[in-house]
Order: sequence, then C-alpha cells, then structure tokens
Amino acid sequence: MNEEIIIAGFGGQGVLSMGKILAYSGMMQNMEVSWMPSYGPEMRGGTANVTVILSDSRISSPILNVYDTAIILNQQSLDKFEEKVKPGGLLLYDTNGITRHPKRTDIKIYQVEAAAEAAKMATTKTFNMIVLGGYLKLKPIIDFEDIKNGLKKSLPKRHHHLIPLNIDALERGMKIVKALNN
Amino acid sequence: MGELRLMKGNEAIAEAAIRAGCDAYFGYPITPQSEIIEYLAAEETHKRTGMVLLQAESEIAAINMVYGAASTGKKVMTSSSSPGISLKQEGISYIAGAELPCLIVNVVRGGPGLGTIQPSQADYFQATKGGGHGDYRLIVLAPASVQEMSDFVKLAFDLAFKYRNPAMILSDGMIGQMMEKVELFDPVPRNTEFDQSWVITGKTADRERNIITSLHLESASMEKHNQELQKKYIQMQEQEVRIEKIQCEDAEFLFVAYGSSARICQKAVDLARAEGIKTGLLRPQTLFPFPTKEIEKMAGQVKGILTVELSMGQMVEDVRLAVNGKIKVEFYGRAGGMIPTPEEVLKAMKQKIIGG
Repeated sequence: MNEEIIIAGFGGQGVLSMGKILAYSGMMQNMEVSWMPSYGPEMRGGTANVTVILSDSRISSPILNVYDTAIILNQQSLDKFEEKVKPGGLLLYDTNGITRHPKRTDIKIYQVEAAAEAAKMATTKTFNMIVLGGYLKLKPIIDFEDIKNGLKKSLPKRHHHLIPLNIDALERGMKIVKALNN
Repeated sequence: MGELRLMKGNEAIAEAAIRAGCDAYFGYPITPQSEIIEYLAAEETHKRTGMVLLQAESEIAAINMVYGAASTGKKVMTSSSSPGISLKQEGISYIAGAELPCLIVNVVRGGPGLGTIQPSQADYFQATKGGGHGDYRLIVLAPASVQEMSDFVKLAFDLAFKYRNPAMILSDGMIGQMMEKVELFDPVPRNTEFDQSWVITGKTADRERNIITSLHLESASMEKHNQELQKKYIQMQEQEVRIEKIQCEDAEFLFVAYGSSARICQKAVDLARAEGIKTGLLRPQTLFPFPTKEIEKMAGQVKGILTVELSMGQMVEDVRLAVNGKIKVEFYGRAGGMIPTPEEVLKAMKQKIIGG
C-alpha cells in the first residue's frame, strides 16, 4: 500500500491538522508516514497545502508532482492540483466557493459539502474533520479506531473533550460524500 | 525498540539533544529552524535533565558561549540557518583551532544574503571547505530523514568528542519542517569516558595549567598545530566516511545526492526502474569526510553520474574530483527554495547522462 495525498486549501481551514491526524493514524497502524507542509511565503496569503504519504514501505520523496488523492478546499487549489491527480486517482472537494468545477474524466471525482454541514454543527471548526470523514469513506485505509487514537495523539490534552464532536464530524462526512461522475 | 513518535525534523534534533545528554544549548531564533529552541523551551530542559537553554542576544554571542562552555568539556550545541551560520563563522574557526568538541546545526535556507526561508543546499561549500578562515575542517553530517535528524545528533557528539573537533549537522528547511515517524534512542548519560586532561575546570595543584587557545604567534608552532590538525582530518577520512547505497548493485547510471535531494532522487530511481532504466543512488551521509573512494569505485561500474543538489552546483565538484575524468559527471539543481520533482530529476538524468 502506498497512498500519496495532497490536501490543499486556505490557511485556517485545518489543512495541516487534517494531514497530521492522517499521519498519526497511519503511524498507529505501523505504516511509514510523511507529512510535508508548504511553509513560508506560499502559506501567507496563498494556499496552504500539505503532502501526506502513507506506505507499507520506506518513503522516498516527501515532495511529489502527482498524487493518488487530492483533497481540495478552495478554487485556487482546484485549479492547481486537478491536473496533478494520477489517472484513475481520486479528487475530493468541497463545492463551497467553487465556480469552475473539475472537468477530468479519467479520475474519480467526489464532493463533500463540508462547509454547509459544519454550519449545522456546534462549531464550524469541525469542517476539516467532515472532509476527512468523506475521504476515509472513499479510501478506508485506516481503521476508525486508529483515527480516534490519531486524534488523541495529535490534539493537545486541553482539547480532548472535543474528540466526540470530531468523531461526529467524521461520521457526518462519511454520510454526505457523493460521487460527481462514475 | 525505542519510543516511536511523529515529529518534525527540527523537533527531533531538539529531543535527541536532550536524550544525548547535551549540557547546554545557546542560540538565536531564525526560520526555518526556530522549532529547535521552541521545543527545548517547551520541554523545560532545566527540569528534565538540567540542560542549560539560553537565547543569546545574537548568533555571534551564541557561538562564543559555545566556545566557552566547550572549553570546560561540556557537551554543548548551537543551531541556526544560513545567514546566522555565516555570523558564527569566526567563532567556528576559533573552536576548530582550539580543538574543542561541539555541535552546530545548520538548517539551510536559500541565499546568498538574507535570501529566502525556503529549503536549500547552497551552504555545502561553507560547511565542508571552511566557512571561517584558516585550514580547518568540520565533521559534516547530512541527514535525509527525521530519523537521521535524531540519530545524527548522538553521532555528531560522539565524533566531536572522539576528535575534539566541531561537528555540523547540515540539514535544510525541508527535512527540518517535515514530519515523519522517528524511533527515539534511550536517553544516555553524558559521556564522561573521554580524556578530560585538556578541560579548563580550575587548576589543581597536581597538574600544569591547561590553556585553550587558537593563538600561535610563532610560525613554527602554528605550522606544527596545522600539521596536527591535518592528521586528525586524515584519520576522519580513513575511518568516518558513511554512505547509503540504494539499488546500486546492478545500476548503470548513478545519482549522487545528499539530504533532501537524495529523497527526491530515491523516488526518481523507482520511476526510472519502472521504465526499465537501471539507476541507483549513492547518498553521502558524511559530507566531510567525503566518500571519495566509494564514488571512485562506482565510477568503475556505472556509465555516468548525475549529481543533484538544491544549489547551483557545489558537491558536484567533489564528485568530479573523486571520479577524476573516468566517466561523465553532470549536475542538475534548483536554487532559491525551488524543489525539483522526481520526474524533473529523472528527465535531467535522461537528457544529460543517458542520452548525452
């Protein structure tokens, strides 16, 4: 198993922490993991993105040009990364604020209305976990238990009371994710 | 098995320093390595191991604190990024001249000048060929993973004390900022086995005064000191070279790359092999001592070598010296924080070596 993922959106959407939870969870399952953020000028005022690789074997380059999965949270990122998904790969995006939708026909495209769903919850900060839930529904490469453990590991103790809320968000994401084509 | 954690490269360096029994860290923050001092501060090292953590008023102050503390035989370190390391060069030259052990971490960013905060490997010359003035060498280790960021801290201290010579970890913003799984080594008590006859901790009645200095006003004495230093460097070259070879057994074309570039080349090797092109990667883990003999040996096996660096071409000069004209050696690199993709690197191999 080798899953190469790009998660991209605006700073503040929880892009980096979503990647971190994935990486922690992968580690719980004894996978090799890498988490490579964009940092610096790119992050300030532009898109924030993180490359996460989960693999059964040693990971070579933590920075990639093409991906098995792109999780896209804004228009700029969609414009940039749609063409970077490997043929047959997966593109998951939130339609909120998207006016130019993906056009490729050689990849699987899914939508998760995470921003709309988060608005129904106690806090919209659950947004990224709804997206992550959608991804895990499509690619159940990590046990749900390990995701819970990953959450515990990556969240500071003072936020542990929010874990049930996050799990609720993950489950909502799993329910609302839907295919655009195929 | 040691404790497993998911950490940034910079955090791994800090945690490893605590575990390696480091007595003191003196530094001044600079991106992309500020997580080192941040992590040490958050860990409250004074409570955990008694390790001193001091944010100096400048890089120059920090390196001179290292000079002073190292004189007492303590295990000490500093860290910075390119412009900050330039500021430290006078002190580094003095420490090398005075033959003191210490660890200097350079998480390299793009230059020259203030440059950019993005990853770069453009400080290779500075790290391996001097940096400061005079005929001296640093032991230079080049980690290519978060695991090695941790492991090389211990190794660097061991080598620094073995040779009474400053050791440098030459990393970059990519390895510093990325997170990977790391198996931490068990904490070790500070190594007190080494010969302490030279340390200045207060003269006792039963011995002569110890003097730590890099000043030798008499030419004959200065030359003798230089010759003694050279002996040490030659011994390092004979005993301390470390490399990793990836898919080299049947390779016809070879990448030579260190640190983050090596990770990119490792993927390029896989991509090439998927196309039926037999490539391999030789990754120096020590940049000084440089793996001259190992590269020379590979030159007898492969048809051509592509050296890949995040610079405009620095290590390639040492690769060419090692190969000595036997086969073609070409260079591919990006600068200023631009990072080549594995596909780009493979394309360069095809154009410059295989097809060229």
